[in-house]
Amino acid sequence: MEYFLKLFLSGTAKGSIYALIALGYTMVYGIIQLINFAHGEIYMIGGFTALIFGGFFFSKGMPVGFVLLFSVLLSIIYAAAFGYTIEKIAYRPLRGKPRLSALISAIGVSMVLQNFVLLAQTEKFLSFPSYLPEFKWLQPYKEYINSTQLIILGVTAVIMVLLTFLIKFTRMGKAMRATAQDMHMAQLVGVDINQVISVTFILGSALAAIGGVLICSYMGQINYYIGFIAGIKAFVAAVLGGIGSIPGAVLGSFVLGWTESLGTGYISSDYEDAFAFIILIVILLIKPEGILGRTQRQKV
Amino acid sequence: MKRRNMVLAVFAMVSLLALFGTQSVFAAPIKIGVAGSHTGDLASYGLPTVNAAKLVVKDINDKGGINGQKIELVIEDDQCKPELATNAAAKLVSAKVVAVIGHICSGATKAALGIYKDSKIVTISPSATNPPLTQSGEYPNFFRTIAPDDAQAKLAANFLTKTLKLKKIAVLHDKGDYGKGFAELVKQYAEENGIQVALFEGINPGAPDYSAVINKISNAKVDGVVWGGYHPEASKLVQQMKDKGMNIPFISDDGVKDNTFIEVAGKYSEGVYATGPTDTSTNPLAIKAIADHKKEFGAEPGAFFLNAYAATQALLNAIAKAGSTDYNKIVAALQSEYVDTPLGHISFDKRGDIIGFGFSVFQVQNGKYVELK
Repeated sequence: MEYFLKLFLSGTAKGSIYALIALGYTMVYGIIQLINFAHGEIYMIGGFTALIFGGFFFSKGMPVGFVLLFSVLLSIIYAAAFGYTIEKIAYRPLRGKPRLSALISAIGVSMVLQNFVLLAQTEKFLSFPSYLPEFKWLQPYKEYINSTQLIILGVTAVIMVLLTFLIKFTRMGKAMRATAQDMHMAQLVGVDINQVISVTFILGSALAAIGGVLICSYMGQINYYIGFIAGIKAFVAAVLGGIGSIPGAVLGSFVLGWTESLGTGYISSDYEDAFAFIILIVILLIKPEGILGRTQRQKV
Repeated sequence: MKRRNMVLAVFAMVSLLALFGTQSVFAAPIKIGVAGSHTGDLASYGLPTVNAAKLVVKDINDKGGINGQKIELVIEDDQCKPELATNAAAKLVSAKVVAVIGHICSGATKAALGIYKDSKIVTISPSATNPPLTQSGEYPNFFRTIAPDDAQAKLAANFLTKTLKLKKIAVLHDKGDYGKGFAELVKQYAEENGIQVALFEGINPGAPDYSAVINKISNAKVDGVVWGGYHPEASKLVQQMKDKGMNIPFISDDGVKDNTFIEVAGKYSEGVYATGPTDTSTNPLAIKAIADHKKEFGAEPGAFFLNAYAATQALLNAIAKAGSTDYNKIVAALQSEYVDTPLGHISFDKRGDIIGFGFSVFQVQNGKYVELK
């Protein structure tokens, strides 16, 4: 039972890592039905930005709390600027064109960003310092969960609640939902869809940057390629939970984390990916729109 | 009568001349073949060996050669391709070489070895690491100045048993050729040494989190973890293990014996063991060989340079000690005589594997890899 609990908690921690990235994926998809393959790269760039600014602040001898706050803020701003720009130059000109064009453009952006960081920074793995505080009271339970995992879990929960609130109860959220339902109609009733979509990308990228800082702190390392691997898993999680649904992305991530963790614990880690994809296939067979996804009827 | 004496005298002089003639045949150079990839994709693996052989031979010839005979190199290219290696071997046999330094790649070496064996030619490779080349016992004429692929795993397994005295271990790998190969051999040798391998699993390289498999290790109550793979995963594993309060030994391969591992894992790398090629950087002969290379060729030496340097030295030393170019005497001398080379004080065992150089166990101590003696 104790073993099960440990595995369950490590699955939860793993799930919250996936969820941090999946949230941004699903939000962009929910509004403009684009699978933004560059999302993983924004997450990686967020991590790198925090590493660079964090290192700079540390070298100036600033306190840890200050370093954490400002490097996260700067990496959010930086990543958001990236998201905004990418949307403007790589996706906006393709709006209204077949959906496949934007998808291919997204894959292209992903490659460009990876190689950009490879050339501009390094191909090596770099050490990522832990900016996050360690809770003394958690020490006795360190076999179950550690401070960084708990912070990631907490941040995921807070982000999920805030995003749901934003989309359900604010003016911008209303405009987002309108854009998601029918872009042309929304435009006709006076919604500035360019602005709405830009905001969506800025928000999604900001989330990726937060994810980048937290997850890199947990891994203790960073490399230009981390976004690709994390992006694939987060994408699976988002589809599993019902792509486009905010709570769905979180639930899907947890299901994925639990499956992988329990599969590893009770069977073998050799088949970790196999378990992840088996559960994806099973759920898509039973409920093709994902666990919390809404069925979209094709309009004739 | 007088005339007859004259004839005899002339005959005697001619036979004396003939004797001188045979004497000068004796003083003909000793031919040594150098075979390997000198052109093509893998030329960078083979050319440093040619340079090494040239440097050693120049040294010896400047001192008057061996037993009054000069050394001459016969260089043949095989591009690391088995079919070209047999051609190269046939050419060397017809050039009547006494011994061959080479070949470079294991596949090409294997193809050529049969030909050398039939012609009784000693062969010393600086780089062919395929274990059966020596272990099969098929090629008594074969020697190498590099440790075979399985030496590292054997060393790690013996270290687990004898030094750390572990009873039960977990073996993890990254599912790649290199990492899984190492892990499987360690498992095999550890089990032969009586260690119980409680867990043998592959993990996904690049994944952000390994806490599930770490929980599994902790649940299996093992007293050591072996990792076959590279350093990025190793640093995540040690970090996440120590965060969970697990302080059991962590042993890995030369994919982790890299300073990047210490840079990335930071304080978590303290105490980690890794096997890797024995450090030769402080060996004065290695320093001299590298300096000579820079002087002669104007560049840093390439792959397997020191191994080839040692191979040539060992071979020439054996010929000198044997006092002849007789195959059996050279083999006996290689197996019994020790020689000081850039790799250290080396000799060869009965199967042809190098003694005195190979892999060592290193441990991270105060942020540096330290060789454990």
